[in-house]
Amino acid sequence: MTEPIISFKNFSFQYESQSEKTLDNINLDIFPGEKVMIAGASGSGKSTLGRCLNGLIPQAYPGKISGKCVINGKELVESSVFDLSFDVGTVLQDPDSQFVGLTVIEDIAFSLENDQLSQAKMREVTRKWSKKLNLEKLIHRSPQELSGGQKQRVAMAGVLIDESKILLFDEPLASLDPASGAASIELIDQLAHKQNLTVIIIEHRIEEVLKGGIDRLVIMRDGKIVANDTPQRILQQSLLEKLGLREPLYLSALKRAGVNLAACQNIDQVSQITESQMSRKLTAWNDHTQLSRKVKKRSTLLDLNELSFAYEDASPIIKDLSLEIKKGEIISLVGRNGAGKSTLSNLITGFLSPSGGSIKFKGQDLLKMSVKERAQHIGYILQDPNQMISKTMIYDEVASGLRLRGLLEDKIKERVEKILRVCGLYEMRHWPVSALSFGQKKRVTIAAILVLKPEMLILDEPTAGQDLKHYTEIMTFIEKIQWENDLTIILITHDMHLMLEYTQRTVVLNQGKILLDAEPAAVLTDDETIKKAYLVRTSLFDLAERYKLPSATDFVAKFIQTEREGRV
Amino acid sequence: MKNKENNSIKTVVATGIGAAIIFVLMKFVAIPTGIPNTQINVAEGFLPLLGAIYGPIAAGLAIFIGHTLNDFVTYGSPWWTWVITDGLVGLAFGLAKRKLDIQSGVLSRRKLIWFNIYQIIVNFVAWVLLAPTGDIIIYHEPAKKVFLQGITTWIINSLSVAVIGTILLVLYAKTRTKRGSLKKER
Amino acid sequence: MNSHFLIGYNDKDTFLHRLSGSTKLIGFIAFSIIGMITYDTRFLLGILTFSLILFKLSKISITEVSFVIKIIIAFAALNLLMVYVFAPGYGMTIYGTQHMLWRSPENYFNLSWEELFYIFNLFLKYTFAVPLALIFLMTTNPSEFAASLNKIGIPYKTSYAVEIALRYIPNVQRDYRTISLAQQARGYEISKKAKFWPRIIGNAQILLPLIFTSLDRIEVVSQAMELRRFGQGKRRTWYMEKQFGKADYSSLIVIFLIVLAGVALFNVNGGRFWNPFKH
Ligand SMILES: Nc1ncnc2c1ncn2[C@@H]1O[C@H](COP(=O)(O)OP(=O)(O)OP(=O)(O)O)[C@@H](O)[C@H]1O
Ligand SMILES: Nc1ncnc2c1ncn2[C@@H]1O[C@H](COP(=O)(O)OP(=O)(O)OP(=O)(O)O)[C@@H](O)[C@H]1O
Ligand SMILES: [Mg+2]
Ligand SMILES: [Mg+2]
Repeated sequence: MTEPIISFKNFSFQYESQSEKTLDNINLDIFPGEKVMIAGASGSGKSTLGRCLNGLIPQAYPGKISGKCVINGKELVESSVFDLSFDVGTVLQDPDSQFVGLTVIEDIAFSLENDQLSQAKMREVTRKWSKKLNLEKLIHRSPQELSGGQKQRVAMAGVLIDESKILLFDEPLASLDPASGAASIELIDQLAHKQNLTVIIIEHRIEEVLKGGIDRLVIMRDGKIVANDTPQRILQQSLLEKLGLREPLYLSALKRAGVNLAACQNIDQVSQITESQMSRKLTAWNDHTQLSRKVKKRSTLLDLNELSFAYEDASPIIKDLSLEIKKGEIISLVGRNGAGKSTLSNLITGFLSPSGGSIKFKGQDLLKMSVKERAQHIGYILQDPNQMISKTMIYDEVASGLRLRGLLEDKIKERVEKILRVCGLYEMRHWPVSALSFGQKKRVTIAAILVLKPEMLILDEPTAGQDLKHYTEIMTFIEKIQWENDLTIILITHDMHLMLEYTQRTVVLNQGKILLDAEPAAVLTDDETIKKAYLVRTSLFDLAERYKLPSATDFVAKFIQTEREGRV
Repeated sequence: MKNKENNSIKTVVATGIGAAIIFVLMKFVAIPTGIPNTQINVAEGFLPLLGAIYGPIAAGLAIFIGHTLNDFVTYGSPWWTWVITDGLVGLAFGLAKRKLDIQSGVLSRRKLIWFNIYQIIVNFVAWVLLAPTGDIIIYHEPAKKVFLQGITTWIINSLSVAVIGTILLVLYAKTRTKRGSLKKER
Repeated sequence: MNSHFLIGYNDKDTFLHRLSGSTKLIGFIAFSIIGMITYDTRFLLGILTFSLILFKLSKISITEVSFVIKIIIAFAALNLLMVYVFAPGYGMTIYGTQHMLWRSPENYFNLSWEELFYIFNLFLKYTFAVPLALIFLMTTNPSEFAASLNKIGIPYKTSYAVEIALRYIPNVQRDYRTISLAQQARGYEISKKAKFWPRIIGNAQILLPLIFTSLDRIEVVSQAMELRRFGQGKRRTWYMEKQFGKADYSSLIVIFLIVLAGVALFNVNGGRFWNPFKH
C-alpha cells in the first residue's frame, strides 16, 4: 500500500483575528496520482485548507495550529513556503495578480529566474511549456492584452514549469467562459495523466469539474470535512443536494423523472450513466409534462440602436449593435471572455461613450444624461466588487446611497437591515468589509444597489464565487422584487445554470454583434452558436439526445419550467 | 523568524505597487486649492499610509520611483533634487510606523496630532531647507526663487498630508480587526 | 498598451534599440550628473548637439513626442521667468561684470548680458537631458529595464520593484477610472461643479477603494511571488537581460571620454562656470 502524499491528522487552524476555529479537526489522506476536488459552501474553509498545503498558513496568515499535517514527507509547521514550493504548485484564484511579469514569457520564466537558471536554459524550458499550453503566439503580449482564459493559462504555465508533483487550484474556473473552463479542466486532466501529478481542485462549479474525471470528492462544511468519497457514491446518495450544494443538472432531471440514483451506474458522466428503467421513465416524463407559454405584452424600456464602440480604432469591440429590451424582462447576456459584455454595460450606464448610435430609455436619450443621472434609473453592479466598495464597514456601505439621497436615519436603518437579511449579511453587519471573502463582498455590492430600488438592474457576474445557498437566496430575492416592481434585469454571466434557470431571454454577444437572441433553452441546444460563443452544451441536452427524446430544446425548457414552479 | 522572508517580499511588492499608485495620482488626479496653478498633492497624502503599513524603505523608494517615472514622462527628465527630497520625506513618514502602530486598529487623537506635527516638521526640513539648498548648490538657481517655491510646496504638502493623509490613516485603522474580535451577531 | 503613457517604448531596429539597457542607463545618468553640475556653455551645447544627433539616429518621430516637448518648453519658460523676476541681477553677481542692456544696475528690474547669458545656461540645463531621456524611454524595452538596473549595481529586489510598478500602472489607471465612475453613479460629485469640500470628500471616496484594492493586491501578489520562490537567493537571473556586445563597450568608452572632458573643463575654467565676460 502506498503512503499518502498529503496527510492531515486531527488538524485544526484558527486565524488570529477569528474567535472560532476555521478548520476543525481535519482528517484527510491524499495519495500520489489522485485527482481530488474540494467543494463546500462559501466560507466553509476550502481556501484555508489550500493555504495549509502550500505553507501560506502559517507563514503569511498567522494563527493557531494543532494536530499534524504532512506534505510529501515534510511537516507543515517546520517547512517554509519556499520548501513547499518545490512540492506544491499553486494557481491562485485571481489570475491577474498571479501574473507578475510584464509579458507572458517573463511570467512563465519567473520561477526559473529566481532559481538563477541561465538564459539559454530558460529559453529551452519556456519554449517547451509555452508549446504545451499553446501560448506560443502570445509570448510577447502584456497581461492587459489577454482575456481571462488566456491569463489563466499563463498562470498555469508559470506554475507547471516547476514540475512539482502536487498541483493546487483555487477556483480555476471562477472567471472563465464555459468553453475556456472546460478546456482548462481538460488540460489539467491531460497533464495529470502525463506527468503523474496529484491534483487538488477547489471549485463551486462542481458539474464542470466532474466532467474532467475526479477520483475523489471532499465536501467541507463549517471547517469540517462532511463527506470524503468517490464521486460515484456521493452522487448516488444525493449527498450534494442534502448538503446544500449544486448537483449536476442531469441528475436533477433524472430525479424529476423518477429515476433512482442509487441504482445508477457511471453516475458521474452524463455520457455513460445507465439504469435499466431510465429510457422509459425519461420519455414518460417528457410526454407527460406540458410547456405552458405565457406571452405578456410589454412596452419597450431600453432601446439600443446601431451602437458602436472601440478602445482602439483598429479593433472595434461593439459594431452597429441594436437591441430592444422590454419592461419587466430578465435577460441574460452571454459570450466568450473579452466579447465585450462588460463594455456594453459600461456604454449603457455612461461609463464609456459610444462612437456612434443611440441609446434610449423610455424614449429619452440616455446619451445626453450624466453617469449620475443614468444611475437614478439603472443600477449597475460591477464585475469586481472591490471597485464599488468605498466605505470600511458593511452597514455604512449599504446605507451610503440612501444617505446621499437624504433619507431619514431610521428609515435607512429599516431598509438596510431588511436587505442585509436577504443577502445573508445581517449577522456580519458591523464587520469591516475587509474581513469578507470574495463571494461575501459581491453580496455587499448587490445589497448596496438593491436597497436603492432602481427601475432596471445590470448585474455583471452576480454569482461568481457564490455557493448554491446564497446564490439561490439572492436570485430568489431578485426574482421577487422583479415580480413586485416589474423590474427589468440584465444578467451578464458565464454560468449556464443561472442563465437557464432564471432568465427568459438570452442575448449572445460575439464579435461586437448579437449572434443570437432567443430563449435560453434554444441557445444552449444550438451547436453552432455554442461553438462560436464559447458556451457549452448543457448536460440535459446530452441526456435528451442519448435517449432520443423528440425535442431536446423542449425537454430542457420543460425541466427548467418544473424547477421554477417548484421554487415559487 | 520565517515571517521575515515574507515581509521582505511584501516590501518589494508594496514599493512597486505603491509607486504605480503614486504615479497615477501625480499624473491624473488634481484637486485645485483655489489658488491658481496650485493643486492638492494627493500622492503626498497617500504616502503616510504606505509608510505606516509597510515602513520607511517601501515608502521612500515608492515615492522615489513614482516621482522619477512621472518626471520622466511629463518633463522629459527628472528634477533630481526634488525627487531625492521626496524620497527622504517618504522615508521619514515610514519611520513613524512603530509609533503609529496602525495594525492594532486604534489610532488615538493624540497619535494623530503628534503625527501631524511630525509631518509638518518633516515637510519643513525637506521643502524649506533641503530641496532649495540642493537647487542652489547643484543647479545654482537664485535663492529667493527656490525658497519661495520651497515654502509654497511646504504649505501645500503639509496641507495635503493633514487632510488626505489623516483621513486615510483613520479609515485604514478602522478596517483592522483586533485579535479574536470577529463574531457573528444575531 | 503603451498608449496609456504619453510616451513609451517603440520597437524599431536602430543602433540605439540594439544597445543594452544598462549602457543607455549609464549614459543617461552620467550625462545628467555632469550636465547638472557644469555651467560651461560650450560643454552643454556640445551635449545637447550630441543628444540631438542620437535622437535623430533613434528614428523617433517628432509627432510621437511633440506633446511632451510642449509641456517641457512651457515648464522651462515659467521657471526662467521666475528666475528673472526674483533675481534680475543674479547673472552680474555670478559673472562679476556689468554689461547693461536695459536700465542701470540700481533699478530692481534691469537686464544685463550676464543675466541673459545665465538664463540661457539654465535653459540649456533644463533641456539638454530631454532628448536623452526620450531616447532612453523609447528605445529600451521596459521588460529589460529591471535587468539593466540590476546590472549597474542596484539590488535585484529594488530593481524588481520598478518592474512591478511598470506592470501595475495600467491596472491602477484602469481601476481609478472605473472606481471614479462607480462612485459618481452612486451620487458623489467630483466634477468642477462641486465646491472645495464636497470635491475633497468625493475624491477621498475614490481614493479609498483604489487604495484598498491595491493593498489587497499587494498581499496577493506577494503571495504569488513567494509561492514561486522570489527573494530566496542572493541574486537572480533575468530572462530579458541583454548581454554586452562590442557596441556597448565602445559606447561606454565614448561616454567616459565625454564625462572626462566635462571634468577637465572644471580645471580649465577654475570652477563650474565658463565666464566669457572676463576677457
Ligand atoms: N485572513 C483571514 N483572516 C481572518 N479570517 C479569515 C481569513 N481568511 C478567511 N477567513 C475566514 O475563514 C472562513 C473560511 O474562509 P475561506 O476563504 O477558507 O472560505 P472558502 O471556503 O474558500 O470560501 P469561498 O468559496 O467564498 O472562497 C471564512 O469565514 C472567512 O471569513
Ligand atoms: N480599458 C480598456 N482598454 C483597452 N481595451 C480594453 C479595455 N477594457 C477592455 N478592453 C478589451 O475589450 C475587450 C472586451 O472586454 P470586456 O471586459 O467588455 O469583455 P467581457 O465580455 O466582459 O469579458 P469577461 O467575460 O472576461 O468579463 C477585451 O478584448 C478587452 O481586452
Ligand atoms: Mg476560497
Ligand atoms: Mg466582463
